Amino acid sequence: MAPKKKTNTEDYLRMYRQMVRIRAFEDNANQLYLSAKMPGLTHMYSGQEAVAVGICEALEDSDKITSTHRGHGHCVAKGAEFKQMFCELLGKEEGYCRGKGGSMHIADQSHGNLGANAIVGGSMGIATGAALSARRLGKKDVTVCFFGDGATAQGLWYEVMNMAALWKLPVIYACENNGYSEYTKTDEIAAGSITARAEAFGIEAHMVDGQDVLAVNDLAQKLVARARKGEGPFFIELKTYRYHGHHVGDINRDYYRSKDEESEWKKVRDPIANFGKWLESEGVVTADELVAINDEIRADAEAAVQYALDAGYPPANEVDMHVFAGVDHALAYV
Amino acid sequence: MTREITLSKAVNEAIAEEMRRDETIFLIGEDVAEAGTPFKVLSGLVEEFGTDRVIDTPIAEPGFMGIAVGAAMTGSRPIVDLMFGDFIFLVMDQLCNQAAKTHYMSGGKLSVPLVLRTNLGATRRSAAQHSQSLHALVAHIPGLKVALPSSAYEAKGLMKTAIRDDNPVVIFEDKLMYNDKAPVPEEEYLIPFGEANVMRQGRDVTLIGTSSMVQVCQKAAEILEKEGISAEVIDPRTIVPLDEETILNSVRKTSRAIVVDEGHQNFGITGEIASRISEKAFYHLDAPVQRMGAMDVPVPFSPALEDITVPTPEGVADRARLICRGELVHAA
Repeated sequence: MAPKKKTNTEDYLRMYRQMVRIRAFEDNANQLYLSAKMPGLTHMYSGQEAVAVGICEALEDSDKITSTHRGHGHCVAKGAEFKQMFCELLGKEEGYCRGKGGSMHIADQSHGNLGANAIVGGSMGIATGAALSARRLGKKDVTVCFFGDGATAQGLWYEVMNMAALWKLPVIYACENNGYSEYTKTDEIAAGSITARAEAFGIEAHMVDGQDVLAVNDLAQKLVARARKGEGPFFIELKTYRYHGHHVGDINRDYYRSKDEESEWKKVRDPIANFGKWLESEGVVTADELVAINDEIRADAEAAVQYALDAGYPPANEVDMHVFAGVDHALAYV
Repeated sequence: MTREITLSKAVNEAIAEEMRRDETIFLIGEDVAEAGTPFKVLSGLVEEFGTDRVIDTPIAEPGFMGIAVGAAMTGSRPIVDLMFGDFIFLVMDQLCNQAAKTHYMSGGKLSVPLVLRTNLGATRRSAAQHSQSLHALVAHIPGLKVALPSSAYEAKGLMKTAIRDDNPVVIFEDKLMYNDKAPVPEEEYLIPFGEANVMRQGRDVTLIGTSSMVQVCQKAAEILEKEGISAEVIDPRTIVPLDEETILNSVRKTSRAIVVDEGHQNFGITGEIASRISEKAFYHLDAPVQRMGAMDVPVPFSPALEDITVPTPEGVADRARLICRGELVHAA
């Protein structure tokens, strides 16, 4: 942990809680998958919590984010509720998207989350456009575009970075480099340096330890404030690690990643455990208080899971609703 | 008051009027500002609205398409200018995976009110990558509306409706018609989507033509009239939504139909409309429904070859004659 003065206990505790909430959400989502209670599949954010929380805690509610297929962490960090998220994962009517999106498309526009995206790099244009829109409409909103190291291979990124830099848009490109592009080491898919890609467009680029929530938050606070003043765009590469496979079904992964490597990260670099220890050592909380926070959040998540399991599916007549805005049922329209 | 203006001017007027009405509208694309596009459709707009609302982009179609989607999701109403319809392949992910699906995937919470204006049409000697009519590709994707103006009057009214629509709308203008004039009222008017225009009443055969092919059908009807064959001509105006009822009512009356469209014939608009007629008006038919699309070859450069790839008035009249006289054995 970076040495920090104990300046804001409430902020620290909120960041800790948000990270624990993401971990608890993911543990339950994984369990739902393993017990065959969840349709489809999902991609776990566990291990990367400090990235989403460190950045989203630097944002206002009206600031926008775009998220990825590995998006539960961003969604929780931007203010979403467990119940509606689990309902969405299970395809239930009370989900954020009435069950029409699922894990890979959760959007929570009430907190500025423009949605997860199942096309790798697919939201880079959307984030840049949200930043253009904010500036054109005289709003002060900043947009953060989350994406993984794998998405840096997509051409779209270079097109929109060029325009964001030309037009000085209030957008921050946040690359979560978890070392793996699906089932392949990032070293094998990315030539040269990732930060240099942004720098080539004259974009100020930073690299930060994505396991250190305070370091992430500190950098994000500064860049968000500057982007709001019109000094953007910015780029951040956050070095992090995903604990699970590419998706929940990616269990036997020795061929691309060793168990030793995984346990090393979990043991030494866990963002939640390390931040908890730091909070204790700084006298912000006691070990017992941390346990109580964890227990409370775990119970909350489990209750939300049960709620979602008991919740109803959308009625069949919803299938052709929401195809077009302003059209009740698309099949009677087209 | 009505005056005659070009299709190009009609589009320009529609956009200017809407931009004056609604500050959230902006134009974005390659060479839309000072250049006013290669076809000069947007000339003068940057002078009135400034570079903040008429935004020149780098040559990066997926990039500015994606930017428009994000802007549309957050309170803006972008009009995206795609220089040639052929470039739609470049924006397919942003258009079809993002714009078209966002409203649905978010359970109706997010909307994408944007217009993608582009063009179609061959016989401009522009070869295979600047001549395609690709509207069927986007009409296939749920969540996108597709408008095909067939004159200056149509272009203005449909563009204004498109801009006010809360969904992604793709408008294909026929690039060979930009200089064609038609009477256009000075007063404001809008043309609603999903209401076909019966251009000409007839008894013997229904000619359904889209975009550039409306004129072809009109001319075919004139040829046929001299031979005593009465053709009804219908312009669907939008293919999504499609005014099925007007088409079916006409075919129930005439008992014969030819669908003419400049997109490739195979797996195209002509097949879709013909199939709906066959499914829903089969027992009214006296002849198999005919499809006449663009030839299923890449558009050739040589004028000698290009001209034979697109339906012509004579070709449509020939086909109508065959089905009206019961002489059709097998359509080619």
